[in-house]
Amino acid sequence: MFFPISGAHISPIYLALIGFLIGILGGFFGVGGSFIAGPALRAMGVDWNFAVGTDLAHIVGKSVVAAKRHRALGNVDLKLGLIMALGTIGGAECGAQLIQMLKRAGNVNQVVSIVSVTVYIGISTFMIWESRRTLARQKGRAAAPTSAASKKRDPSSIKHVTRGIQRFKLWPMIDLPASGIKAISLWVIMLVAFVGGLFSGFLGGGAGYIRMPSMVYIIGVPTHLAVGTDLFEIIISASYGTLSHAIKGNVDILIALVMHTGAAIGAQIGAISTQFFAGPKIRLAFVPLPLIGAAIVIYTMVTGHKI
Amino acid sequence: MKKDTARTLRAFLIELVVYAFLVVGYFFLVLHFLGDWLYQLEIHYRYTYAGVALLLIIGQAVVLESVTTLLLRIIRGRTE
Repeated sequence: MFFPISGAHISPIYLALIGFLIGILGGFFGVGGSFIAGPALRAMGVDWNFAVGTDLAHIVGKSVVAAKRHRALGNVDLKLGLIMALGTIGGAECGAQLIQMLKRAGNVNQVVSIVSVTVYIGISTFMIWESRRTLARQKGRAAAPTSAASKKRDPSSIKHVTRGIQRFKLWPMIDLPASGIKAISLWVIMLVAFVGGLFSGFLGGGAGYIRMPSMVYIIGVPTHLAVGTDLFEIIISASYGTLSHAIKGNVDILIALVMHTGAAIGAQIGAISTQFFAGPKIRLAFVPLPLIGAAIVIYTMVTGHKI
Repeated sequence: MKKDTARTLRAFLIELVVYAFLVVGYFFLVLHFLGDWLYQLEIHYRYTYAGVALLLIIGQAVVLESVTTLLLRIIRGRTE
């Protein structure tokens, strides 16, 4: 099928299948999935600028579907999502500026590659250690929880660190009743969102692989809520990115709509599937995602080919 | 408990099938009626194109889900 806006010939079935896969991952883990969508579009001959912009447009639609489903399941903290959106947009702008600075210095590819591989591997290593430790502790205590409500109770091996962060009293303190947090400094939330946005602007994509774990471990949001809230937050930040890229001529909305036919269905399946898994298991299953990102970057560094 | 889960999953699957039909139909409608217009818009009026693109993708997500829910409510209302 020919898409005149980007001038690409791509099978709609391929696009829908890629969308479906990303939809499941997004609905289940609360990530945008740009580390798959970008290379998948690129592999079909779509220019990089269109791959990035179109991917963002389809992420908006998929995140709306998944966030709506998560909201119906009680997994979205709107207040937290709105606050985080502000920090993310600020961070994304700074990340983009940082990229421009590195471009001028002439070593952008090297710096971005090294930083991204370090971050991806760091997140995966930490999450595998934490979630396995938590699951082992749970096993030793009692039988695994069976009801949906008990699955949402979210034990973590580093809860003491999270509590310490929540005790950090820097005005203004806010409460997040939906996430079960009585008081936390607004600056902690803004910092987490800002860092997520910074990586989003710096490394591209939505940076859900950083934000979702940060929400769990630093702010203390239960995993199910972190997934839903991250998706809600992605709607705002990806909409901003879509507008910005569309104005620059980087969005083929027809490709995004075909991808979204698969993504909308996958996102619903992914979101509903979270009900059947406890928080530590979702975190453990999350581990391969940043590793895939790291593998793609290492491949690009070694071969010189962008995928 | 298991019966409830099975019932919920069945309802979810029916909803998903209806939704899938609507989403695919929506794309073909957009392609047929708006394809050329979007192409021209992207060349000549980028700001309008940006707004329309965002509306189309959010519309696909929000409106179609609401239509699915409405359709299922009507179908259930008739069968009960």
